[in-house]
Amino acid sequence: MNATKTLIYDGSFNGFLTAVFVAFEEKILVSDIQKNVVAQSGLFSETQTIFTQIDKAKRVWNGIHKKSHSAIKDIYFAFLSENNGVELLLYRFICKMFAGTTSIATDYSDGIVLKISQLARSVGREKHRMEAFVRFQLTKDEIYFANIEPDFDVLPLISKHFRSRYADQQWLIYDVKRKYGIYFDLDQVEIISLDLNEIHTNSLNKSAHFEDEEYNYQDLWNNYFRSTNIKSRINLKLHTQHVPKRYWKYLSEKKAV
Amino acid sequence: MSLSFDRIKEKLNILADAAKYDVSCSSSGSVRKNTTQSLGDSSGMGICHSYTEDGRCVSLLKILLTNHCIFDCAYCVTRKSNDVQRAAFKIQEVVDLTINFYRRNYIEGLFLSSGIFKSPDYTMERLVAVAKKLRLEENFNGYIHLKSIPGASDELMREAGLYADRLSVNIEVPTISGLKLLAPDKKHEDFTKPMLKVKNEIIQYKSEKKIIKSTPKYAPAGQSTQMIVGATGESDKDIMYSATHYYKNYNMKRVYYSGYVPVAEDSRLPAIGTQVPMLRENRLYQTDWLLRFYGFGVRELLNNDHPNLDMDVDPKLGWALRNMEYFPVDINKADKSVLARVPGLGMKSVHKIISARKFRKLNWEHLKKIGVALNRAKYFIVCDSSKWEHRDMEGTKIKGLILQNSTGKFRKEYSSQLQLFS
Repeated sequence: MNATKTLIYDGSFNGFLTAVFVAFEEKILVSDIQKNVVAQSGLFSETQTIFTQIDKAKRVWNGIHKKSHSAIKDIYFAFLSENNGVELLLYRFICKMFAGTTSIATDYSDGIVLKISQLARSVGREKHRMEAFVRFQLTKDEIYFANIEPDFDVLPLISKHFRSRYADQQWLIYDVKRKYGIYFDLDQVEIISLDLNEIHTNSLNKSAHFEDEEYNYQDLWNNYFRSTNIKSRINLKLHTQHVPKRYWKYLSEKKAV
Repeated sequence: MSLSFDRIKEKLNILADAAKYDVSCSSSGSVRKNTTQSLGDSSGMGICHSYTEDGRCVSLLKILLTNHCIFDCAYCVTRKSNDVQRAAFKIQEVVDLTINFYRRNYIEGLFLSSGIFKSPDYTMERLVAVAKKLRLEENFNGYIHLKSIPGASDELMREAGLYADRLSVNIEVPTISGLKLLAPDKKHEDFTKPMLKVKNEIIQYKSEKKIIKSTPKYAPAGQSTQMIVGATGESDKDIMYSATHYYKNYNMKRVYYSGYVPVAEDSRLPAIGTQVPMLRENRLYQTDWLLRFYGFGVRELLNNDHPNLDMDVDPKLGWALRNMEYFPVDINKADKSVLARVPGLGMKSVHKIISARKFRKLNWEHLKKIGVALNRAKYFIVCDSSKWEHRDMEGTKIKGLILQNSTGKFRKEYSSQLQLFS
């Protein structure tokens, strides 16, 4: 009988899918799947390092895709939640999918299915929030620049939205927490990393990186935001429910003036 | 800051403040694909980019072109006789603001309305000119909502729909008698004529598009209207029957209900400082949803015996308590349309139940995890469990139990109202 093993992968989605492939192929009893940066060896299980292989990842991806269209999206979204232990949860989900003949992805009375659908929904909500809350500031070299700090790793999910919306301007969205960004150069979107010596929030101090006109527009937006409020209907609880405080520092309309 | 920015800022403050009583903020329902590497792309899903401190969504730059007006409608903040600061944007100023806000990801697009200056056509012409410039000169694919000016000509309404995603005329006063009282210069036909024109154009363009694919889009997000609630003495029945009329006869995408915010001392209207009827507004929206998505008919919810909605319970629960003979419903067997009528079940839960029950019979634990509001639903359903509400209770008894075991965000409001009338 095989002993249980912890699989260590590089943290990428393809890495995770490769781990799933290897586990199936070598009939490994998986006790956990961990990112190499956070890996802790279990007391009673040995570890095996997984080397990401795109072709193997792709076979797993296609296999899931054949079983269910909606499941593949849920799996990818839930993975990006970076939730502690999400890899093992997803692995079990995938095992279940491949074991049965019918699709289980809509069996909301099953604990794992429901949990993954909930994680995917949280990530979907964060994706939508970032599509809403990104506030570009125009730099002197004509790049629309934004810092974000999302709860989940949603940059890969929002790229397409911004790509098709702002097709005639250069833009850069940088995730301060995960230290990488996506940059559109009028031709394609690239993943980049930067040495940011300052994080651009909605601070009152003007940065030399931005045009004066940029601050004029922020001022106009800030004014608009206040003028469009109806004071006799004030409902701050609802306001913060829709715009949680942790996002305020990047929103120019929430600048304290 | 430069002089022109200061001037724009002043205008923006005046003309955004005057536009804010229009509650529509929808930016959905229109697909404009960015196929030419230009600015903007609408996928059909709206985005709320922010929320004001009153909790309303900010999706569009919502402004008036001007607040000069030749009319004197009592309910309106820009009416001729009101002593307020007046301002007017130039066409290019609105275009520049829209583009610069859009590029910074502040908004989904523009919602442009206006006071009526000189004549309805003169005003409508300028609104159309802004939209035309955005589409043809700036290649803008974002969302544009234009107000149809009451009394505007058919030709202008026809042109407006070629550039706008949505058109709307606010009926404002739900009854014709109320309109006569509050807006004596306006005729009911002034509102319905442009509505009818837009409706017919939409139908015509759609049928032409089926034959000739290159037929341009005409107001692809349809039209909407708004009614003020609580300005005149109309009942909830008056309002919802009127709304149903507009949904049916003008193919409205949405009817909005706006609790009247007193903006003037006028003997015909509630005094300044009167509380905005937000709970009532909320109940009307719930009713609107039940009519559009839950398969209810307006006569089931409001009729001569029940001309007003319950304040203490939502309209679906209110209906269920008056119609106990429909219940209990078996969660594992009932049709979608029957499930949709169970208090505490939203359409999302209904779909989840229908998916999940294919795998196994559902019990209380499953329903709880799916997210059903069991505190309300439990009195109206049976599931895979012997533990269900066996007592044959009167509606009033159930209502008491539900109110006892729950908290509502408006509870304070109606409990004081109840004391007042008891």
